[in-house]
Amino acid sequence: MKTWFFTEDAYPYLPDADSYESIRVNLPNKHYDPEIGADLYHRYLDMWSAADEIGLEIMLNEHHQTATCVVPAAPLMLSILARETKRARLLILGNPIGNRNTPVRVAEEMAMVDVLSRGRLECGFVRGVPYESAPANVIAFRGTERLWEAHDLIMKAWTHHEGPFNFEGRFYHMRQVNIWPRPYQQPHPPVWVTIGSAGSGVQVAKHKHVGAVFLAGYNGIRTIFDGYRGGYREAHGKEAPLDRLAYCALIHVGENESRAREGAEKILWYMTSNKVAAQWNNPPGYHPPHVAAMIMKGTRGGAGVPLNPQLDDQMARGNVFAGTPDKVFEQIKAFWEYSGGFGHLLMMGQAGFLSYGDTLTSMQLFNDEVYPRLRELTESYDPDRMAYLRNSLPDVEATSLGDLGFAFVR
Amino acid sequence: MSEGDMETITLQGIELPYVRRGSGQTLLMLHGGGGPVAPMPFAAKLMDRFDVVAPIHPGFAGTRIPDHFDNIHDLKFLYLDFIDALEIEDAVVMGFSMGGWMAAELAVMTTARFSKLILVDSVGIKPGDRDTRDVADVFALHPAELLKITWHDTSKAPNVAEMDEEALAAMAGNRIALALYTFDPYMHNPKLPRLLHRIDIPTLLIWGESDGLVTPEYGAAFRDMIPGARMVVIPEAGHAPQAEQPEAFVSEILAFAS
Repeated sequence: MKTWFFTEDAYPYLPDADSYESIRVNLPNKHYDPEIGADLYHRYLDMWSAADEIGLEIMLNEHHQTATCVVPAAPLMLSILARETKRARLLILGNPIGNRNTPVRVAEEMAMVDVLSRGRLECGFVRGVPYESAPANVIAFRGTERLWEAHDLIMKAWTHHEGPFNFEGRFYHMRQVNIWPRPYQQPHPPVWVTIGSAGSGVQVAKHKHVGAVFLAGYNGIRTIFDGYRGGYREAHGKEAPLDRLAYCALIHVGENESRAREGAEKILWYMTSNKVAAQWNNPPGYHPPHVAAMIMKGTRGGAGVPLNPQLDDQMARGNVFAGTPDKVFEQIKAFWEYSGGFGHLLMMGQAGFLSYGDTLTSMQLFNDEVYPRLRELTESYDPDRMAYLRNSLPDVEATSLGDLGFAFVR
Repeated sequence: MSEGDMETITLQGIELPYVRRGSGQTLLMLHGGGGPVAPMPFAAKLMDRFDVVAPIHPGFAGTRIPDHFDNIHDLKFLYLDFIDALEIEDAVVMGFSMGGWMAAELAVMTTARFSKLILVDSVGIKPGDRDTRDVADVFALHPAELLKITWHDTSKAPNVAEMDEEALAAMAGNRIALALYTFDPYMHNPKLPRLLHRIDIPTLLIWGESDGLVTPEYGAAFRDMIPGARMVVIPEAGHAPQAEQPEAFVSEILAFAS
């Protein structure tokens, strides 16, 4: 099991949420103080560097026009980390290539980071959450199709070494593609794609890319992972290795229960802060009509983040793992077994006002006391035993799915 | 009007449903982003006087968006084929909102099969400068705010809470199709103002006085770009005067087109 430290790089110093309509898209940037912002950037970079030193891998992402994630250009952060870190793998999850509309530029940036880091890049591609459509000024309709065509073009740009090639597809038209540099890793850096439904995993499995699931919890994880595993089996005639699946949860490890709980409550800011106006949740073409209709009617939210999260409930759902090292290990192990297993844990280890010190304490405790046991767990992975466990653990009732998205792709 | 009144024609591999009812001069009716208008009371009145032909733009009312469709120009060429296939002649063309844009695009191609043009609270041009939001951003407004600027009397608007699942899904589908046709450039064709001089048939613009989505000032700018065009403003109506003031609306049509 590889564990990846992740923070969204939030700017949490906001006015009362009642005073604004939405934390995403249209929150005026007068609320952003660049001096505080500069301190935050350096603090987050320090956290990632600490992860490198402690022994965790590194993950980062990007969002646009939002205080929840003030990294609108993740490759910039990534290039700094390529230079400042020495050991950790660097996962960008990911490049929103359906919205960015510049696949060759993405191929160039990623190749550059891969070379700069001497082959430590893990390159993710994402469709992006619904509220990314407005900032990108891109219609969400056919976003998945655009993502896969951009993906094909990027893969070709990375792996084609005999001079310019031509690519005139449904969405992208390029005639002289010949990127310099080419990637450091051969034939190309490992690729990750976020998946949020059984169907979205199939295409990812076909390519043998890592399928990463965010906060699907007990309600969703089996369906989604099973979709990937089924797709993998069908395409390749064998079982998907554990390291093809990843799960992202909010994680906080504390010295004792009360400290752990305090920290977990702070990380929950990631969910509680996510006040998003209806129009940004439901851009035309992001959701199929029957889902968009439910959002219009208010029977579900637009993205997978619950609207009124409570810590205990989120822990029960498998979206938050928090407690002492023993407890956190037990929680992850239970979820891991229930899910059928995965090889990557994406640790959202910092959000909101969780301090630098508490974040590092959690990382260190995780690394020293949880991580070794998780490694043992995955090393002892036995498909037969997993199948037995699977059968002995009934499906968690998918009740009160409410606003949790079932086709949610970050 | 039920589904039994629909006919279908296959063009460009697309099954295009349309209503054809009434007799007299042909009135080609192109609906807006809200979806088909043929089932509305005003249309029934027009069917007493006209041979009303009302296709459903692909993607609306639960129909599929064709894989090769990217924008309003794909729709334009579908309708050029449609007009040929139905051998429509000497028709009055009337378009609502996005359908008005469509009608103007068709008219600048050729008016050979048209005798009159009616644009109702139409989009399609951008009279203001680059910093002006000429058409309200329907995809960026809170649903409640959108309702307020679209209707003079919001109590006349369709009530989402009372809709069944199928109707809601169709409405959500309409919104996707509207976006496909109008997203970028938003609700207009930058080249259209340079082409509107080609319209050589009598043209009437009808506008709801309270339309906050596309204002009467926008309508006046549109009128000024079309040679000899006239404009009437209907009081106590928003973006859909045909729904809010059907009688006044129908009498304007009859006065102009009879």
